[in-house]
Amino acid sequence: MHELEFLLAILVATLRAATPLMLSGFGELITERSGVLNLGVEGMMLVGAVFGFIGAVSTGSLLAGFILAMLAGAALALVFGVLTLSLMANQVATGLALTIFGTGFSALVGVSWVGTPIAGLATAIWPHLSSAPPVLQQLMLLDPVVWVAVLVPFAAHRFIYRSRAGLVLRAVGESHDVAHALGYSVLRIRYLAVMFGGAMSGLAGAYLSLCYTPTWTENMVAGRGWIALALVVFATWKPAWLALGALLFGFVTIAQFQAEGLGIDISPNLLAMLPYLATVVVLVLISRDATRLKLNAPAALGRPFHATA
Amino acid sequence: MQTTRRDLMRTALLAPVAAGAIGSARAAGPYKVGFMYVGPVEEAGYTYQHDHARKLMEEKFAGKVKTTYVENVPEGADAERVIRKLAQSNDMVFTTSFGYMNPTVKVAAQFPKVKFEHATGYKRAANLSTYSARFYEGRFLAGVIAGRMTKSNVIGFVGAFPIPEVVQNINAYALGARMVNPKVTVKVVWVSTWYDPGKERAAADTLMSQGADVLVTHTDSAAVQEAGEQRGIWTIGFNSDMSKYGPKTCLTSVVSDWSGYYIQEVQDAMDGTWKSHDTWGGLKSGMVVLAPFNAALPKPVADEVMARRQDIIDGKLAPFQGPLKDQAGAEKVPAGGALSDQQILGMNWLVQGVEGKI
Repeated sequence: MHELEFLLAILVATLRAATPLMLSGFGELITERSGVLNLGVEGMMLVGAVFGFIGAVSTGSLLAGFILAMLAGAALALVFGVLTLSLMANQVATGLALTIFGTGFSALVGVSWVGTPIAGLATAIWPHLSSAPPVLQQLMLLDPVVWVAVLVPFAAHRFIYRSRAGLVLRAVGESHDVAHALGYSVLRIRYLAVMFGGAMSGLAGAYLSLCYTPTWTENMVAGRGWIALALVVFATWKPAWLALGALLFGFVTIAQFQAEGLGIDISPNLLAMLPYLATVVVLVLISRDATRLKLNAPAALGRPFHATA
Repeated sequence: MQTTRRDLMRTALLAPVAAGAIGSARAAGPYKVGFMYVGPVEEAGYTYQHDHARKLMEEKFAGKVKTTYVENVPEGADAERVIRKLAQSNDMVFTTSFGYMNPTVKVAAQFPKVKFEHATGYKRAANLSTYSARFYEGRFLAGVIAGRMTKSNVIGFVGAFPIPEVVQNINAYALGARMVNPKVTVKVVWVSTWYDPGKERAAADTLMSQGADVLVTHTDSAAVQEAGEQRGIWTIGFNSDMSKYGPKTCLTSVVSDWSGYYIQEVQDAMDGTWKSHDTWGGLKSGMVVLAPFNAALPKPVADEVMARRQDIIDGKLAPFQGPLKDQAGAEKVPAGGALSDQQILGMNWLVQGVEGKI
C-alpha cells in the first residue's frame, strides 16, 4: 500500500511538471507545422501567467483568469504574426524580441500583484484538500488543466493526421506556394496557427500562476518556454514524441529530487543536467540521419510567404 | 576616431550629472545614502528586507537623510558601474549581495571620502565595512519548533546550493530539532537555483511523498509555503514573514531585520564616529528575529523556543557547541567545545541526522 502511494505521488508529480511543457509545446508544434517558427514561447507564457493571475484575482473567477491568459497569449502572438507574416520580418529575431518583450512587459504589468496569495485551482475545486488522506490528495491535485494537457496529444494527433484542416495546415507548412496555388489562404492559416500557439502558451503560463505555484512573481516561468521549444524539435514535429518528451522531462525533474531525498548516491549536478543532456543526445541522434530530419521538419519552416500570383 | 567621439559624448553627458552630484554632496543638505539590491523590491524576500530597513532608517532620520536605491542589479560587470554611480552622488553606499564584493572593493578605493558597507562579504578597507546576519541562530530555534511539531520525525529541507551559508542552516535545523527530539532526520533536496517556483514546488512535493511533515526552505520564492498550505503540511519561512502564503500552516519565519544596523551606521557616519568594521549580528542584536508564531503552535512549544532564544542571547547556548558529530558519526567538536566563527563561515560538512549530500 505504501509503495503504491509513493508511485502514485511520482506519477502525479510527473504529470503536473509536464503539463506546462505539454500545453506550450503543442501550441508551438501547430505553429511550426504551419511553417512559422515562433521563439517567443517563454514571453507568451509569462504574459499568460501574469494576465491569468490578474484576471483571476480581480474577477474572483479562475475560469476568467484562464480565458484572459489565453487571450493575452494570442494577442501577443498576433503582434508576432503582423510583424513576421504581413510585414515579413525575420522570424528568429522577432521571436527572440517577443520573449524579451514578454519578460519585461509581464514584470511591469505584474509589479503591484507580486506576492498576492490566492488559492490554486485544486484547492478551489476541493476546499478540503489540505485535510484529505494522502492518496485522495494526490488525485485532487490532478486539476482540470492537467487533464486538458493529457488529452491535448490525442486531439492534436487526430487533427494533424486525420482531419482535412490538419492536412491543409501541413500543406501550408510544407510548401506555401503549392498551398497558395491550390487556393488556400496561406496567411490566414498561419495567423490562426500562430494565435493558437499563443493561446496555448498563455494557458501554460496561467497553469503555473494559478495551479502549480498559485502566485505571481517576476520571471516565474523560469525557462520552461525554451524547454518546450526544444521538445518540439526533439519530437521531430510528431505529437506522440512530443507527449513522450514532455512526460520524460517532467519525470526526470521529479526523479532527480526523489533520488536525492532517498539518498541515492548520484551527483545532484549530474541529475539537474539530465533532461537537457537527453534533449541534446536525441538532437544529435536525429541529425545523424539528416534526411530523416529534413523529411520531418516542415519544409517551409521559417520562410516568409509573399503571394506572387 | 570613433572611440574619441564616443568618449567625448560620454563625458559631455556625464559632466553635468557629476558636477551636480558633487555640488549637492558638499552642500549642507540631507545626508545621502545609496542602496544597491540584487533582486526586485517585492512583497517579501531577501531584497524586501533590506529595502524595508532602508525605509525605516529614512523615516527615523526624518528629513536629515535622503536615500536612493537601485534594484535588480546582476552580480556581474554592471555592478561596478552602478556602485560608481551611487558613489558619485552619495555620502554612504550599501551594497547588499555577496557577488558585489570585488566591485565594491574597487570602487571604494576610488572614492576614499565615501563610506561603503557590503553585506555578506569578507573584504574590508578603511572606508569599507562588512555586515551579515547569523541566520543559523534563528534556524536553530526554528529547528526546535520543527522537532516538536513533526510526527513522522522527518523534516524536509529545500536547499538552493551547497554553499557554507546554506549548509550552516541545514545543520542548525538538524541540531535544534534533535536537541528536543533525537529521532528526527533532516532530508535535503537541492534545486540548484535560488529562484524557480516550479522546481521548489516539485521538491516540496517530493519531500512530502517521502514522509516529511515539516518543510523548511533556503530558496527565494514562497512556493514551499504554498505547497504546505495546499496540502496541510507545516512549513517554516525564510527571509521575510511568509505567513500570508501559509496562514494555517506556516509556523514562523526566520527573518532578517537590518533596520537597527542601518540606523546605527548612518548615525555614526553623520556624527563622524564611523569606522570600518565587521559585524555579524544575530538574535542578540536583533538582526535575526522569528516572525510572530502561528496560532496553531502550542503554547509550551512557543515558551520553550523563547527560553532557548534567551539562552542563545545570554551566551548559555551556542547552536554549534559540542559534542558535534558529522554524518558518518565522526566527532568534529568534543563536548564543551564549540565551532569558531571562522569554522562556521567555512562550514562544508553535514551533521549527524542529516540525510543528503553536499
